[in-house]
Amino acid sequence: MAETLTLAKAINAGLRRSLERDSKVVLMGEDIGRLGGVFRVTDGLQKDFGEDRVIDTPLAESSIVGAAIGMAMRGYRPVVEIQFDGFVYVAFDQIVSQLAKMHARSSGQVKVPVTVRIPYGGGIGAVEHHSESPEAYFAHTAGLRVVTPSNPVDGFHLVQQAIACDDPVVFLEPKRRYWDKAEVDASAAPPLPMGSARVVRAGLALTLVAYGPMVRTCLEAAAAAESDGTSIEVVDLRSLSPLDLDTVVQSVRRTGRCVVAHEASVFLGMAAEVAAAVAQECFYELESPVLRVGGFHTPYPPSRLEGHYLPDLDRVLDTVDRALAY
Amino acid sequence: MAIPTHAPDDGFVQLLTPEGERVDNPDFPLDISDDEIRALYRDLVLVRRIDAEATALQRQGELGLWAQLLGQEAAQVGAGRALVPGDMAFPTYREHGVAWCRGVDPLTLLGLFRGTTNGGWDPEEHGFALYTIVIGDQCPQAVGYAMGLQHDRAENAVMVFFGDGASSQGDVNESFIWASVFNAPVVFFCQNNQWAISEPLERQTRIPLFQRAWGFGFPGVRIDGNDVLACLAVSRHMLQRAREGAGPALIEAFTYRMGAHTTSDDPTRYRLDSDVEAWRLRDPLERVRSYLHKQQLVDQSFFTELDDEAEQLAERLRAGTRALPNPLPTDMFDQAYAEPHAVVDRQRAEFSQYLSGFAPEEV
Repeated sequence: MAETLTLAKAINAGLRRSLERDSKVVLMGEDIGRLGGVFRVTDGLQKDFGEDRVIDTPLAESSIVGAAIGMAMRGYRPVVEIQFDGFVYVAFDQIVSQLAKMHARSSGQVKVPVTVRIPYGGGIGAVEHHSESPEAYFAHTAGLRVVTPSNPVDGFHLVQQAIACDDPVVFLEPKRRYWDKAEVDASAAPPLPMGSARVVRAGLALTLVAYGPMVRTCLEAAAAAESDGTSIEVVDLRSLSPLDLDTVVQSVRRTGRCVVAHEASVFLGMAAEVAAAVAQECFYELESPVLRVGGFHTPYPPSRLEGHYLPDLDRVLDTVDRALAY
Repeated sequence: MAIPTHAPDDGFVQLLTPEGERVDNPDFPLDISDDEIRALYRDLVLVRRIDAEATALQRQGELGLWAQLLGQEAAQVGAGRALVPGDMAFPTYREHGVAWCRGVDPLTLLGLFRGTTNGGWDPEEHGFALYTIVIGDQCPQAVGYAMGLQHDRAENAVMVFFGDGASSQGDVNESFIWASVFNAPVVFFCQNNQWAISEPLERQTRIPLFQRAWGFGFPGVRIDGNDVLACLAVSRHMLQRAREGAGPALIEAFTYRMGAHTTSDDPTRYRLDSDVEAWRLRDPLERVRSYLHKQQLVDQSFFTELDDEAEQLAERLRAGTRALPNPLPTDMFDQAYAEPHAVVDRQRAEFSQYLSGFAPEEV
């Protein structure tokens, strides 16, 4: 019984399913109750599951995560919403020092199955601190898993997998894709485990690696390239920690070329890790260096400039062309 | 100057009733001329007009967003006019009225919400720090600035603005502690507008916010935030105390956010129109207007001229907004660091090279 859902509604459906299946699942965040979240991702959940399970919290992100850790220690499975990417830094200490390390610190005795949902990335013309791409900080932090859906189907399944996972998961939601639609079959089994990447478009000449908001841009770039006779494979990483390097490496061994795209600054970004791994694993198959395209080493600019900051179709294709020209 | 000892169960300070009657408060006497009251009314009217015009410009697609201050004009004008040259204000993102009092061109604020800039004014020139969007972040900074004033033996003070929602943030509470232990010349001005987006005050506190001050070791007072005279008198008093070395204070301006949180918000999802209507009777402008009328301090030409001035201001904002230049693509590289940075320099060169491949109109 497939249904056409936006990414926001698909995540909402996944949250609803988790709340139904496990009475220990609780949602916490700012404005997630009566308002249903500023992006309406939790719309209707407080009405249906009550104020005890869908909790509007005081305006204090550090405590949202800290309290979630405490509730997890008591056997709950908290799912917290950080309203915008730029507000997660207030909770950074709780995430990095406590959430990520609790399992190791307790010699494996304490599990903290907390899911931290964060709308992230730019492209919606927002004011400052509403367009950040903080994924590398979290992926760099041992103890956290980091996943990001690029489409409604993954949104529906990944959020449930994240909640069911016994490790803390940072769940990054590409906010400019919240309104993208797809058919979601809620009765179908998850197509992939949480940590797996997926080849979302097969191709021969080059592997374009992306995740979250950039997957659609890269698919559009691949379609444009095909009309010029260039066949590009697109890999959606889906999980940033762990990285499914096997899928990427197998693809690059076939194509011989690799470009990695993300919105975040390329300096020490996820693409640096992918590029290093591909260089190591595909040294003899590579026809060109792995190239990166992404944001600059500047604060995210005022929205009138974000079209320049964000890697768009043209910049992705320009990078692809440079890789193909080697 | 003596520290007023308000018992925690005190009601709020009001010097002008919603009906426009002057009342006295022995703790906060206000010596004010008729000219000054007329000037305050002018501020209120023009600030409301800026807000209305910006909201309209957002609806027309000229601004990405606007954070409305409707209903909070008195709190901001009263506080803003209590500041003197050399004082420093640390705003949130809604202090358009304080910005007005500090001489920041409203067009500059519109640039921020249009997305042509993330700031646009010189904080030191205006005694008005940049807008802060991350809730509460400005409070520790305000304390630090106040500590700087203290070290400089400057006879000035800092006023930091925040809301009821922000009162839950760790940074805000930490800044109370810092201000207290260093006896910093800072006045915490909390506009309690009852709503943190969709969350009512009860989600942030079980006691009146001003009462928290005692626990941190400084006085707190609740004032009628819709009464510009009370806001002015109490702000002046607390700022002067701070300038004279008596340390921090917390002012809770009890007011109401008549509009949405921002133009992206839909308050009909979480609050009743009847609540909003009840607050309309406490309008911050009407009571001053009524006072001016009753005391016969103005004639009709005062209001007509003020309307004309508001209309001219609105026209300037409309035309000015549309004419705001877009920043240059290279600005982001130029402004990231104060000194040259090899990574940024290389990226700027590469990006300029990339842009040069496009026709000028495509950039």
